[in-house]
Amino acid sequence: MIAHKTIRMTVNGTTYERSVEPRLLLSDFLRHEFGLTGTHVGCEHGICGACTIVVNGDSVRSCLMLAVQADGAAVETVEGLGTLQKLNPVQAAFQDQHALQCGFCTPGMLMTITDLIKKYPLASDAEIREGLSGNLCRCTGYEHIVKAVRALVRQPGSAP
Amino acid sequence: MKPPAFDYIAADNLEGALSALSAAGGDGKVLAGGQSLMPMLNFRLARPSVLIDINRVPGLAYVEATGSTVKVGALTRHHALEMSPVIKTHLPVVAAAMQHVAHLAIRNRGTIGGSLSHADPAAELPMLTLLLDARIGIHSPRGRRITDAGDFFVTSLVTSLEEDEIVTDIEFPKPARESGWAFEEVARRAGDFALAAVGVTIDARDRKCEQARIGLMGVGETPVRAHEAEALLRGQRLSDTLLDEAVASIRSAIEPNTDLHASSDYRRHLAGVLAKKAIRDAWRRADGDRQ
Repeated sequence: MIAHKTIRMTVNGTTYERSVEPRLLLSDFLRHEFGLTGTHVGCEHGICGACTIVVNGDSVRSCLMLAVQADGAAVETVEGLGTLQKLNPVQAAFQDQHALQCGFCTPGMLMTITDLIKKYPLASDAEIREGLSGNLCRCTGYEHIVKAVRALVRQPGSAP
Repeated sequence: MKPPAFDYIAADNLEGALSALSAAGGDGKVLAGGQSLMPMLNFRLARPSVLIDINRVPGLAYVEATGSTVKVGALTRHHALEMSPVIKTHLPVVAAAMQHVAHLAIRNRGTIGGSLSHADPAAELPMLTLLLDARIGIHSPRGRRITDAGDFFVTSLVTSLEEDEIVTDIEFPKPARESGWAFEEVARRAGDFALAAVGVTIDARDRKCEQARIGLMGVGETPVRAHEAEALLRGQRLSDTLLDEAVASIRSAIEPNTDLHASSDYRRHLAGVLAKKAIRDAWRRADGDRQ
């Protein structure tokens, strides 16, 4: 029997303390412990990007981190971005540009883009496509997702 | 897909990590960025009894230029290497290659020490250490040792690391300021592992190649240096004939694998195409641009 570990982490601004089994993935922890099922679980080996979240300001695959590793961390999930009444700028750009269809990849896309627009100028479509290349979408053909990012980076002060 | 059960130790310092790894007696795994180890755990291809997490060990993440070298801490994230002004200035071939490493969310976590220890034959950083004659610093309870990158990679996913050893630092000799360089890679999709890639550095003097380094990845069980082709270029002026000889030498020296992504013949052909372009570009940067 493996001993559980006690961890504290801030999730979307609220601090929690929980006892977890070491092998518990951060993706499963967020979904099962807090019902934050916006973080989607696709491939569970870091290929599809659906489970991308932001930990201490950096986008990460939550299926490639253990919950216990996020002890002391500030975690942001798609649920923390905006509300139905007030979408954040990345969400609003997705709505404006019709950048989603089935929605499975959308949370990972939104969290990835949140980090991309902080770290790269995304001045060309090639750079935007390169930035999105770690997130798989099987509906849109990516065209409208690229348009949403283009719209975001061309609006000064649009960073969330 | 869930990892098998394991115990977990978050080491506070290097000594703690080394003693925990040693105590695990070969059944422990070091967890750094986790971008290769975590998929292996999720697939249950790895079943260690204990993970020793070194992410909280201080003093292992840095990029520093010294007089003649660039030192990189093993816990330096790929994204930090990608953005480092020291790397851009002194090791531009590394900066260029980092653009090909996976995706931002992976580069935010993945570490150079982890990439070297995992030793995927199609990964960029192992090839770059071999290309640039880097020296790899390793700690164990017995102390510190340093190994040449050329002695580190044994075969696919196997290194000369003993089971109680941890890679702690990498030292790259600074190429001469006027050294030319190039990095060429082809992968099926952006961020995928390379089907083949080539890195080249060339030092030129009096319009002749003084020293050439040619590294390849994705074309065998480990990254490789094309020593014969390097020797062909040494002391010569670059011509189309010489370039073709070097490419032929590279193609005959490698033994690529066939897998579902590409055949051995295709990879051999591709390696030659990429090498030709990379040698020409490195030569132009070393010589032509300043003439």
